[in-house]
This record gives sequence, C-alpha cells and structure tokens, in this order.
Amino acid sequence: MKTLGYYPGCSLSGGGIELDLSVRAIAKVAGVELREIEDWNCCGASAAHSLDHSLAVALPFRVLALAESQGLSEVLAPCAACFSRLKGTQVRLTRSPELGQRMQELVERPYNGTVRILNINEFVASLLAEGLAGKFTRKLGLKVVAYYGCLLSRGEDIVTSDDAEDPQGMAAAIRVAGCEVLPWNSSNECCGGGFSMSKTGSVLDLSQAILDEARAVGADLVVTGCPMCHSNLDMRQLELLKRRRVPGALPILYLSELLGLAAGLEPGALGLGRHFIESRQLVRGGA
Amino acid sequence: MARIGVFICHCGENIGRTVDCPAVSAAAVRMPGVVHSVDYKYMCSDPGQQMIKKAIVEMKLTGVVVAACSPRMHERTFRAAAAEAGLNPFLLEMANLREHCSWVHADKAAATQKAIDLVRVMVAKARRDRALRPIRVPVEPTALVVGGGIAGIQAALDIAAGGKKVVLVERGPSIGGHMARLSETFPTLDCSQCILTPRMVEAASHPNITLMTYSEVESVEGFVGNFTVTVRHKARYVDPAKCTGCGDCFNKCPLKNIPNEFDAGLGMRRAIYVPFPQAVPNKPVIDAAHCTMLQKGKCGLCAKICPRGAIDYKDQDSLVKVKVGAVVLATGFQLWDHAAYGEYGGGRLADVIDGFAFERLASASGPTGGLIKRPSDGKEPKTIVFLQCCGSRDDKAGKKYCSKICCMYTAKHAMLYRHKVHDGRAVVFYMDVRAAGKGYEEFVRRALSDDGAEYVRGRVSRITRKQDGTLVVRGADTLAGRPVTIEADLVVLADAVVPRPGSEKLAQIFGVGYDQDGFYSEAHPKLRPVETAAAGVFLAGACQAPKDIPESVAQASASAAKVLGLFANPELEREPIIARVNRATCAHCRACISACPYGAAKDFDVLDRAGKVLRTVVDVNEGLCQGCGTCAAVCRSHSVDLDGFTGEQIHAELNALL
Repeated sequence: MKTLGYYPGCSLSGGGIELDLSVRAIAKVAGVELREIEDWNCCGASAAHSLDHSLAVALPFRVLALAESQGLSEVLAPCAACFSRLKGTQVRLTRSPELGQRMQELVERPYNGTVRILNINEFVASLLAEGLAGKFTRKLGLKVVAYYGCLLSRGEDIVTSDDAEDPQGMAAAIRVAGCEVLPWNSSNECCGGGFSMSKTGSVLDLSQAILDEARAVGADLVVTGCPMCHSNLDMRQLELLKRRRVPGALPILYLSELLGLAAGLEPGALGLGRHFIESRQLVRGGA
Repeated sequence: MARIGVFICHCGENIGRTVDCPAVSAAAVRMPGVVHSVDYKYMCSDPGQQMIKKAIVEMKLTGVVVAACSPRMHERTFRAAAAEAGLNPFLLEMANLREHCSWVHADKAAATQKAIDLVRVMVAKARRDRALRPIRVPVEPTALVVGGGIAGIQAALDIAAGGKKVVLVERGPSIGGHMARLSETFPTLDCSQCILTPRMVEAASHPNITLMTYSEVESVEGFVGNFTVTVRHKARYVDPAKCTGCGDCFNKCPLKNIPNEFDAGLGMRRAIYVPFPQAVPNKPVIDAAHCTMLQKGKCGLCAKICPRGAIDYKDQDSLVKVKVGAVVLATGFQLWDHAAYGEYGGGRLADVIDGFAFERLASASGPTGGLIKRPSDGKEPKTIVFLQCCGSRDDKAGKKYCSKICCMYTAKHAMLYRHKVHDGRAVVFYMDVRAAGKGYEEFVRRALSDDGAEYVRGRVSRITRKQDGTLVVRGADTLAGRPVTIEADLVVLADAVVPRPGSEKLAQIFGVGYDQDGFYSEAHPKLRPVETAAAGVFLAGACQAPKDIPESVAQASASAAKVLGLFANPELEREPIIARVNRATCAHCRACISACPYGAAKDFDVLDRAGKVLRTVVDVNEGLCQGCGTCAAVCRSHSVDLDGFTGEQIHAELNALL
C-alpha cells in the first residue's frame, strides 16, 4: 500500500471539511494510505507573509522538517493555499542555502529539502496512475467547468505541473469520471480570494462573473480544488441569489467529491450535505 | 639564433586596465630568444604597425609575438604588416591578452602574471616557427544562393549582373518568399507584388541564373572557391519541360479543401497546385501527402486532363551536384507560433490571427479579394485590436529580442484597415513604438493622425471569446494607469520573427555559426556583417536577424559584392596551415585516410627513376586539407605534422608553462 504524508491545515478541519472527507474517501478507494504529519502547525496562510517574512517561511519549514523526520517523502496538501505556502518555501530554500541555515536555527529542526509536495490535482493524477478509474461505478454524465483560480495555476516554480495561462490539470480526471469538460474563459480568473470578509462587494462581483460564464456555457456544476474559491463561489452565491444577481443556484464541488461520486460513494459521506448550495441532486437519488 | 620581438598592446583600456603592460614588456625582454620588447596603446593602429615594421627591419627580427586581442580579430592585420616589412607572415604569432586574460580577470597582479605566461608560451612557439608559403587554389566562379525570397533574388540578380553564374535554390514550389504574400509595404504603401514580381521574372529569365525550385541543399563538400553542393530536387510529379502552366489540372483536382500555406491557411488549394497565380515558375507541383493517387492509387484525374502528358506519378526525388565557389544563405524567417500563449487563446481562437494572415486578408490577390473578413464567420470586423510584441521581448514564454519589423507593419495594418473600413476602429497595444528608419516615424504618425489608429501603451493580459463570438481583450493602459477592456471582432498578433525550421541543420551543413535563437552569426557584428565564420559563405536577409525589406535587399547586395570580390581573381590564396606527411617514416597504416573528414589524405606511390613503385605512403592534398590536425593525432608513428602547429611547437608551449 502506497503511503502519502497528509497536511490538512486549518481549512480542512473548518470551512473546507468536505475537502478533507472526500480526499480521505477517494484515497481509501484507491488504496492509498494518508498519514497525517504528527504535531503539524499552521502554514501561515495569507496572514504570516503580510506580517513577517521570516515567520512566513519558518512555519512551513517546520511542517516540512517534521514530515522529513517522520519518513514522509511525499506530502499532500489538499488546500491550495497550504500547498502554495509549503511549495513556495521549498522553492525559496533551493534558491538560498543561507535561508535554510537561518530557518534551521529558528525552528531548531534540520530539513534537507527531500519532501515532495503535491497539490490536489497532482494527487488525483497519481491516484489515476494507481488505477482509481477502474473502481468507478457510477455514471455521472454531467457537464462540468473546471475552475482553478490562482493558487492551483499560478507561480511558475510552484505549480510546475500545469500551464498558468491555460490550466488543464483537472480535465483528465473529470473526463475519467464520466463527465464532459466544457471550454470556458474563466478557469483561472480571480474569485476574490482572501477578500471575502474585508471587501465582500468585490468578491461578489468577481464570483458572479465566474458563475455567469459557467451558466452561459451550459455547465451543471463548477469543480474546484481550492477551499477559498469554494467558499467564495458556494457561500457567497447565497448572497447573490438573495439579491437576485444570479438566476438560479449552481452547485460547486471539489474535484475529490466528484471523483468520490464517480466511485459510487454516498454524497453525504463525501460532505455534499455541508455545502451552502445544494448539490446532492446531481446524482440520482442523492437529494 | 632566434631574434624575437614582443609587442604588447594596451587595447586602449581593454587590456591596460587589468594587465600591467610595461611589466609584461619588461619580463618579455628577459625571455630566451627575445631581443626586443615594447608596449603601446593601440598596436593595431598605423603607428603601432609601423613600430612592428621598423623593429623587424632595424633589429633583424626572425620572429614576432604580438600580445594583444584574439588572433581571430587581428592576426591577419599584423601578419600583413610583417609581410610588408619583409618577414614571412607565418613567423608572427599572437598571444591573446584580451579575451583570454584581461576581460575575464579582475585581479591586476594575477592577470599580469598570467599575461607574462601567455607571452612566454607564444615566444616558445615563435622560436620554432617555419616560414610557410600560401597555397593557391582555383576558384569556381559560380555562386549558390540558398533561398528564393527577396534577399536571395536580389543577391542572385546582383551576382548575375556582375557576369558570374548563379544557382538559386528554393525549398518551395515558387520563388518570391514572404514578400509575395504582402499586400502593401511600409513606409510608402507600394504594392508588394508590383515591385517584387518583375524581379522574380528577371531572376527566372536571366541567362546567368539557374533556378532550382522545390529543392533543398542536402550536403556540402569542399572549401571556399571549390564547394561541391548536393541539391535534392524534390519530386514535383509534373514535368516542367512539358507543362505549359495552363491550369487545367489544378482547376479540376477534386481535393479542394487543403489550407493554402501561402494564404496563411485562410484560402484553400488543391492537391496539385501553384501556391499563387504569379508564381515563378508558374508550373504546378503535386502535394504527395494529400494526393489520393499518390496515397491510395485512386483518381489520376490530372493525368487524364493534362493535354501535354506532363503528369508523372512515378516521379522521384533526384540528387544533383553543383560546383560553386561561394554561397549566399538567404533562408529568411517565419512567424513564431503564438499557440504558446494560453492567455491569447493558445492558437485555438479562429479570429485571433497573425500578421501574415492579415496581409492575405488585405491583399487584392488574397482569399477574400482584399476585403477584410474575419475567418470564423466571414463578417467584416468593426473593431480590430492589434497586439505588438507578441512573443518578442518576452524571455519567459517567447523570445528575448525585439523583432524590429512589427511596429511598422502593425501601423501599416491599422492604416490599411481604416482605408478599407471607414467606420472601423483600429486599436494598437504597444510596449514602445520603434520606428527608426527613413520615413518610418512619419509613417506611424500618419497612422495616428490621418488614419485615426488608437494607440494604447500597455500589454494585453488575456483574450477570451464570448458565446456570441465577440473577442474580449483585457489589458493595461500603463499611461493612464488603469485596466482596459475592449470588445473586438478580430485580433491581429504581431508574432515574433524567428528563423525558418531546418535553418540550424543548414548552418551545420555549411559550418556557419548560429545564436541561441537559431539566427545565423555574422563573422563580426560591426565590421564583417555579411561574412560568416565559414570562408566563402555569406549571409543575406532575415536568416541573420529580423530585418525589413530594404535592409534585406541592402545586405543581399552587400553579399553579392563580397561574392564578386571573391570571384575577381581566378585563384584564391589560402592559409598554408595543412598537414604534412613524413614519407620516410610513414608505414602506410592508412589510419589517417579513414580519419580525415575532408578526404584530403590519399595513397601516394613513391616511384624510382624508372617509374617503378618503390613503396606506397600517404600524401595530403593541399587544396582539400583544412588543417584540423585529426590525422596528426591518429598517426601512430608520428609521421604526420601540422604546419604552423607542429608537435614540437605544442610541446615547447607546454614546457614554457611548466
């Protein structure tokens, strides 16, 4: 059985708990063990790097050092922001050996840079390589737009597995799940990101543009991999519905949820019941 | 007894800044064999050369070491000076204190020590130099021009006008190149066809020019003055001697929907075709990849129709050898493929086109007859956005360099569009407008003031297509400091200028250098702009760097002048740096014969007075030998030595260092 290190971060035990449930579920179907890093800490998220550059690197450094000392050569960070922080730290360390020295003194742990960090798209690709598709039982037949946002497409040293301007990392998995991937223009447009609280108006405008185009091309749902994108498109959609700025509800699923459904798992077990926008009707007898 | 003079050059500050030249001079005069040493600011200048000449005569020097720049730069200069003073030029050596020392070091003391070492090495070599006599070889006064675009045509016409024969080889079915595809030309809006097609006809009918279209250079043997070039005549499947160009075949060919490369894929051609009606020669070829007769053995319609029986489905490629004395490479350019830009649709948006496609839309002979219609639905675009620097000046996804011609042709496009669609809007996104040429700035100004082109300074971040087919262009207006969004019907990308595919392979065939982008390297960026590192091979046009028509034509005429200069003498002098076999010790193992890349090492019978063969050894053909030294390296009995670089000299150089 293949073993992967697992870094849930804060989001997967809070707002993005469905991501945690569905990732663990499809890993189980594929026969991959997810071993949570013991004593993990916050990645710094969007807060640390706007306060202190050392702290912004030291927090992920400690996580990577723990993973290495626990014998984990590959670590999955399902949250796109966590991935970006961990991988970004890894890249900075390869650029500057002196930074690694400083961090080692700061967190009092050695790290030799041996851990490979996977985002959700890379993780799913590896599951497909392990034969996940052979375990799919449910015919979904949905029309899907793949939404990557920024953290799963951008940073040329960070998202090395995809093209920043024309990301395709989810397309193969969605097709294997028996769905059609519709071409659209908004796959890497901004959802408003971390301004959900401070500039809600802007986030509503940006999320609406994405939802409008998804509906215009005829999508049944939007698939994403990022908890931040999910909350802006799912939770903030309630507000858009209330103000009648969108004509109807459009379900937003995590890629791992879609694959879980294809694998025949119950919508509830994947966390579909926890979304603000109802999505269980996407599978027969689901709602 | 050797009497060596050492001359140390400061090269202005190039050497003098990091090397203590007087100290080198003082050290040199104490070296064995050195009788005279001096340093000077510019040794290559007239007073510098006079110093050398005077010393040769007055000090009765038997050898000279000039410690200055690379021998590639000025060895020829200094050897000529030595010869004028009566010294055999091959008794002069250069120590490279600039490229090999001052330019790459910062520590003055260490650099000075290294400079002294370099001088000592060359003194050791110069003491063992032997006087050599230049080798004279006959020159074949025929030139090969590779590429039949405007540069190649111009070079061929100029050489032919000088009374010398030219073989003009073109890869495509017709000469004319990209210029034949253009509508009008900047900055005068001359009709491109009207100024080009008479030249094409002239090239085809000139008694001194042999046209070889649909042909490619396969291999080259020989050296300057005596190249043997093998040209592959690709199978045309149409006998040009019988064909009258009546056009019955390509009007009847049932395959009507093959995108015509000449029209940037916007127009269609048949499987048997001439690329454009004004083609030279105006004889069709069959595109074997599409023809059903050649692929599946079915159809044969063109053969049935042809009144002259010119169609031959059994035609095959043939190889032709031509003997030439000089070569002009004029292989031209193509546009970079903007599919690499995902943000501009990754090449999937039909209404996002490149500059050539717009030229064909604007051309009277184009697929739309000169009407501006967008490819997706044939509608006349009411707003066109032009994007400059697409792939140029972008070292991430595109090319680092400026493609030079795009500012001008984009202004021309905007102008032509506004002349044809009076209520249309032409918006140009630019980084800088680089209009440095005669009448160029005025031309761009005219596009702005007379023709109402709207110039926006900034980059476009994204082009998307709405459901109704409208293109949404989002970018930055960096002068106003705000984002802009423009809805357009057509977007024209000024894609970067890149070399033709296969140009690197051709460079290797001719031994010509090329840069990291594949453009051919000239021998010196300022003073030898049309020569290459390969003697007798010259450059013309955009194969060397992005160039517009006037520049390509100027360079073509320059290379023609170089070719005619080379052909002015029936014989050519070449450096006598060749291999020499010691016949007394040669065991005739023939290792050198199989090692020689130029076929210069040959069997040689040593005869007695009666003409009887005493023994067979190896001899080197002076005309063919390039002095590479491979034979000297493989010879087991040390019977081969290289003039100017003898084994004894190399060992002496090494000893001087140890």
